[in-house]
Amino acid sequence: MLNPSDFGAIWLTLKLAGLTTLILLVVGTPLAWWLARTRSRLKGPIGAVVALPIVLPPTVLGFYLLIIMGPNGPVGQFTQWAGMGLLPFTFGGLVVASVFYSLPFVVQPIQNAFEALGDRPLEAAATLGARPIDAFFSVAVPLAKPGFLTATVLGFAHTVGEFGVVLMIGGNIPDKTRVVSVQIYDHVEALEYAQAHWLAGGMVIFSFLVLAALYTLNPTGKKK
Amino acid sequence: MKFASLIVALSFSSLALADDVQVAVGANFNAPMKIIAADFEKDTGHKAVVSLGTVGKFFAQIKSGAPFEVLISSDKETPDRLVAEGLAIESTRRTYAYGRLVLWSAKPNYVDAKGEVLKKGAFKHLALANPKLAVYGAAGQEALKHMGVLDAVQSRIVLAENITQAHQFISTGNAELGFVALSQIVGKDGGIASGSAWVLPADLYPQIKQDAIVLNLGRDKPAAKALVDYLKTPKARAVIKAYGYELD
Repeated sequence: MLNPSDFGAIWLTLKLAGLTTLILLVVGTPLAWWLARTRSRLKGPIGAVVALPIVLPPTVLGFYLLIIMGPNGPVGQFTQWAGMGLLPFTFGGLVVASVFYSLPFVVQPIQNAFEALGDRPLEAAATLGARPIDAFFSVAVPLAKPGFLTATVLGFAHTVGEFGVVLMIGGNIPDKTRVVSVQIYDHVEALEYAQAHWLAGGMVIFSFLVLAALYTLNPTGKKK
Repeated sequence: MKFASLIVALSFSSLALADDVQVAVGANFNAPMKIIAADFEKDTGHKAVVSLGTVGKFFAQIKSGAPFEVLISSDKETPDRLVAEGLAIESTRRTYAYGRLVLWSAKPNYVDAKGEVLKKGAFKHLALANPKLAVYGAAGQEALKHMGVLDAVQSRIVLAENITQAHQFISTGNAELGFVALSQIVGKDGGIASGSAWVLPADLYPQIKQDAIVLNLGRDKPAAKALVDYLKTPKARAVIKAYGYELD
């Protein structure tokens, strides 16, 4: 059965995924809007940066985060200057890493939804006297709701499934950085297969249910 | 054309006498193994194909049929278990080194010659390889217990998957100090290559006896036996000693 440290890991994972998703929705929405609407030459490079975590192995992200957030790295020097100490081995550090790691999974669905809108709804809103900011919140966001739903679910689920980056910058500290995926790894490495099964099986079922719910409630392809 | 015929000639010439040996090597022995593998190839014509990792992981992989023919372990317990499971050949076992544990920091003058820093230091993070998985991690934990400081530092311990990662946590400065193998930080002159370190006295932790053994897959392979025996040659012993291990 699950032991208290397994429950600690589950709670920590949910907290990490929840907070990461929230931050990504706030930061990712304007970024997705810009990417969807801009004609700037920077669209290509910025879009590529957003997509990098999809193709880069977590070891690359983890390695550079460890260096950048370390005492000699630019982020590390800033956080020390700001009196926050260093980010590796802290929950805050995991949040920062997860925001990078799950960025494309939140930005891209929202961006696609905004792009699918086209110009017409916004032009209509403008004709009716809506300021751009009104048009954004009362026209664009409601119309892009399926995109936001996909982004939320994928951002959350992908953070729950994060492993390599956490292993490299987390330091495996109970209740701070030991998330479920690391806990499973520890069980497997220590040949505690029975305990590993409870968590690993739970992860498979959780991920299946979340994705099944998403694809059932939010069918893509056929738009009304 | 010339190049192609050279390749053909080379592959035929090596086919006759030389063989590849798939060898699993505990992470702490990485650096000396590079030199020993090169010497071994020069002297015998056999090529050691090295995979690095934690011995706990190797045990699980070998049990599941991983294609390793030799294990150069960081401990003696893993060869014990492999023999008990009938996966390794007891008669081929050799103790090739005794490991030494060090407390290391990337900062000069940070770790003192008696390890007092563990009692007084204002460090935030102490890196340790996971004691459940790695011998040097277990040794570090024992040493902390022995010194009576384990409870005081427990909340500041960051666990690495193996000592290679522990070294990475320390060398990037994210952990101010931590436990690694002497072999990882030894310099050309036999001293510490960088930072500051304390080589722990042997009575603070259980002896780290490191054994090499031929696995079942290497049973009928002369090259596998040759590699394990090669670790006991004066040439290999000199390399092992230069990396700070004790020999018997």
